[in-house]
Amino acid sequence: MYVAVKGGERAIENAHRLLAHKRRGDQGVPEVTLAQISEQLGLAVDRVMSEGSLYDRELAALAIKQARGDLIEAIFLVRAFRATMPRFGSSEPVDTGTMRVRRRVSATFKDIPGGQILGPTFDYTHRLLDPLLAEGLAPEAPATADAHTAPTPRVTDILGRDGLIECSPPADDGASVGDLTREPLNFPADRDLRLQNLARGDEGFLLAMGYSTQRGYGRNHPFVGEIRFGEVEVELFAEDAGFAVPLGSIELTECQMVNQFKGSATEAPCFTRGYGLAFGQSERKTMSMALVDRALRARELGEEVRAPAQDEEFVMSHSDNVQATGFVEHLKLPHYVDFQSELGLLRKLRQEFADASTPDAMKEAAE
Amino acid sequence: MKLSIIIDNFGAASSVEQVTQHNNQQAQRRAAMAVLAHAEAGEIAARLRNLALPAHQDLRAPENGLVMLRGRVGGDGAPFNLGEATVSRAAVRLATGEIGFGYTLGRDGEKARLIALCDALVQSREFGSALERDVIAPLRDQLMIKRQRAAEETAATKVDFYTMVRGEG
Repeated sequence: MYVAVKGGERAIENAHRLLAHKRRGDQGVPEVTLAQISEQLGLAVDRVMSEGSLYDRELAALAIKQARGDLIEAIFLVRAFRATMPRFGSSEPVDTGTMRVRRRVSATFKDIPGGQILGPTFDYTHRLLDPLLAEGLAPEAPATADAHTAPTPRVTDILGRDGLIECSPPADDGASVGDLTREPLNFPADRDLRLQNLARGDEGFLLAMGYSTQRGYGRNHPFVGEIRFGEVEVELFAEDAGFAVPLGSIELTECQMVNQFKGSATEAPCFTRGYGLAFGQSERKTMSMALVDRALRARELGEEVRAPAQDEEFVMSHSDNVQATGFVEHLKLPHYVDFQSELGLLRKLRQEFADASTPDAMKEAAE
Repeated sequence: MKLSIIIDNFGAASSVEQVTQHNNQQAQRRAAMAVLAHAEAGEIAARLRNLALPAHQDLRAPENGLVMLRGRVGGDGAPFNLGEATVSRAAVRLATGEIGFGYTLGRDGEKARLIALCDALVQSREFGSALERDVIAPLRDQLMIKRQRAAEETAATKVDFYTMVRGEG
């Protein structure tokens, strides 16, 4: 139990003043701007948008600056901000098939229509620290080539045509879409809620959970069918205008995981799927999400639920880093009254123990 | 003998025409919005200065809020809530009665107001074509150039993986 305490206002005020001073650091060094964070620490911004569950680059950059680069603190700030805003509605579901692709790779087919496109990636770099970058480096202009206009169909759509992979669960007209920002979480949770939870879940947690399935805790034999990153258009049905209005575009990463097949006496065997989708360029996140999404389908696919990654209550209750940090970090707030009562009880128990161990008592017991 | 309801009934014929016109106008409005949403407020304002703007007023002052962005399971299946985005919206009415709506990702209320103004102008007989010529078309060209450049940079990173026989290489 936590009992409120009073006092310490001056100390708190001064601590926050000191924090602001430390945040700024050496004032002989130029102050970092939001544009610099957004442009040059873009993947940190992407992560804060994904896990803060709010697409707004400028706000995410502000949160990173305010949090001194502590991304979980920044995510917390973004979540708190969104709670102050009214909601206008829900977008039309985005179509990742029409994405303006900036990167798109498949580990299952080398000759996919539209081609394998590396885009801006750390893959195949040597992971050697670059002293030139420390000096400040003006990069070469990007190479260019004739832009192909060939469509880039999703790999799963290609497999789907031959029936080699299960279909996505179809949209049920009129069915409401679960929203865990509006209703408390209940178990068992449907896939829409699970995906929403994973999409805003902590990357580190999902990475560890996904990794655990690869190591054998709920193995599901994954292949990366496709990872794509790029821009998609967003539309909102506006009641006042009476039609779906374009809002602009957002950057998304999508991962289609192709997993071990299943079949039955009545159904021909086919590959199963796991899905990952996140704001910005977030490959590790979407790959982990797809692994965990597939693991969480164990019950639906008639698999034995034995591993942590297959346990939706375990995964969904521990994936949110704002909730997790709130509960873990509250331990450092004053628990004086709470602790006093524990202390009192312990002293009493120790006294009883001491009384029971005195020679008199031992003698009594012996008789 | 009745050949068709439409030939027979001028009332019905004109209502079909109206629906078509309405759909055309809606497509035009959407096309203009799709360009404007990608432009900066300053760029739209600068282009609008080329027009002798008619009198207009804010029907709804710019307002910021959130829109829940949805994806689909597997990319093509049932929808799910991915996360929210900030959105700004506004509405503007021309003195001649046309009402325009402006929506855009982000928190730039002035941009939403300018989009609303443009949306009202798209619907105006008097200003529709000037808006297309002086505002939408140049911004569209600019957007297409930017997209083309990004597509060319992307295309340069296209690879042809080939599998090797074991022991080769």
